[in-house]
Amino acid sequence: MADNLVEVRALVVDRGDRRVLDGLDLTIEEGSVTGLLGPSGCGKSTLMRSLVGVQQLTSGRVTIAGAEAGSAPLRSKVGYVTQAASVYDDLTVRENLAFFARVLGADREAVERAITTVDLTTHADAVVGRLSGGQRSRASLAVALLNTPDLLVLDEPTVGLDPVLRRELWALFHRLAEDGAAVFVSSHVMDEADRCDRLLLMREGRIIADDTPQGIRESTQTDDIESAFLALVDDGVGDR
Amino acid sequence: MTPRILLAVAARVLTQLRRDRRTAAMLLVLPCALITLLWWMFQEVPGDPFNRFGPALLAMFPFIVMFLVTSVTTLRERSSGTLERLLAMPMGKLDFLGGYAVAFGVVAAVQAALAVTLSVGLLGLDVAGPVALLGVVAVADAVLGTALGLLVSAFARTEFQAVQFMPLFVIPQILLCGLFVPRSALPDVLRAVSDVLPLSYATDAMQTLVTTSATAEVWRDLGIVVAFTVAALALGAATLRRRTP
Repeated sequence: MADNLVEVRALVVDRGDRRVLDGLDLTIEEGSVTGLLGPSGCGKSTLMRSLVGVQQLTSGRVTIAGAEAGSAPLRSKVGYVTQAASVYDDLTVRENLAFFARVLGADREAVERAITTVDLTTHADAVVGRLSGGQRSRASLAVALLNTPDLLVLDEPTVGLDPVLRRELWALFHRLAEDGAAVFVSSHVMDEADRCDRLLLMREGRIIADDTPQGIRESTQTDDIESAFLALVDDGVGDR
Repeated sequence: MTPRILLAVAARVLTQLRRDRRTAAMLLVLPCALITLLWWMFQEVPGDPFNRFGPALLAMFPFIVMFLVTSVTTLRERSSGTLERLLAMPMGKLDFLGGYAVAFGVVAAVQAALAVTLSVGLLGLDVAGPVALLGVVAVADAVLGTALGLLVSAFARTEFQAVQFMPLFVIPQILLCGLFVPRSALPDVLRAVSDVLPLSYATDAMQTLVTTSATAEVWRDLGIVVAFTVAALALGAATLRRRTP
């Protein structure tokens, strides 16, 4: 299992009486940025929750570095940013990070580094509840950067952010990947596709394409990922 | 269980309370204000009714207030995603629950100190037993309220529902704890029910402390309250799931 940090085998997840993930197979290797693109409601968040080990699985297996997802030894090695900003609204950015750092066993320096990385230095002592949506999601992202994780699972981390900051964050994801982490990022914005090393297109609980962005465009003979997505759907790929 | 993480949770909850001035004031000032109101109500009534009702209220307020505050705070933690994030980190369930219990235990200690000082020092509550033990019982009640609040938050989906649990879990306990009708005078069935409700023992302990200086019974009742607390925390831990549907 050389470089495959994450292995997903025949993953099925039902939520209520709805089948959200339908027999998914997937591997994610270290040192790369893998994008997960698809419309909202297609199962992206459920897949990400499964990788982190907070999702009840119906069947199938998710392993990370050979251990079952969510098992104790992995909990300090996997960084997870939920779609909604999971930080405390009544604490300041710095207080939030200091708390999570203590839980993770990271030091004060890591707190300051994370604040700088997400560009919140000037708002470090502001109460999170008073920040804008983008600033709050950056605070939430900073939590995941506290302990240089092996796997970083980011659920739509760049939604609603300033394009300049978005570019910086994608550069950051690539830096983290170069340092050896596997970065797994979801988005429903198709124009973010080209920032990924590898792209997974998802629809209705299935992966309908898995290649480099360029590879996907070439195989579908399209110029952009949105058209590629449509071409794949029109061809009936991933139909049940 | 990791003490570092448990204390981090406790410190964080206390910081949040400090930010929320209104809640902090509710926790500390409100019980004192209500006890004073009760004392005032009985001013013109012959006999010494404050001495009869006062101890039960000292048991009740910390319990009710902590129940409410904890159930709502924990529910917020569940719905905002922070609980999910924490459980994906090296956070033990007991670290989480213990952190809350410690934080609110500290608040309860301050609250009890204020309420007991006020009742005994200014309002003339006669206490035959050791006054400090009155404070200990009040803290135990508060932690019990915290533990039950943590437990019921698992069964509520909204803060509105969490508040609705108060009439269900708390008011029957108030009615049956011996405040209105002495427990020995209750019909047999209700007597049996009151025997399995934790607040009954908390009230018994307070009343014993006020009337006699012997403490053996108080310690027994206190032990029962603590046992209920531990059971509620254990059940609460069982409702905290790392994996959710």
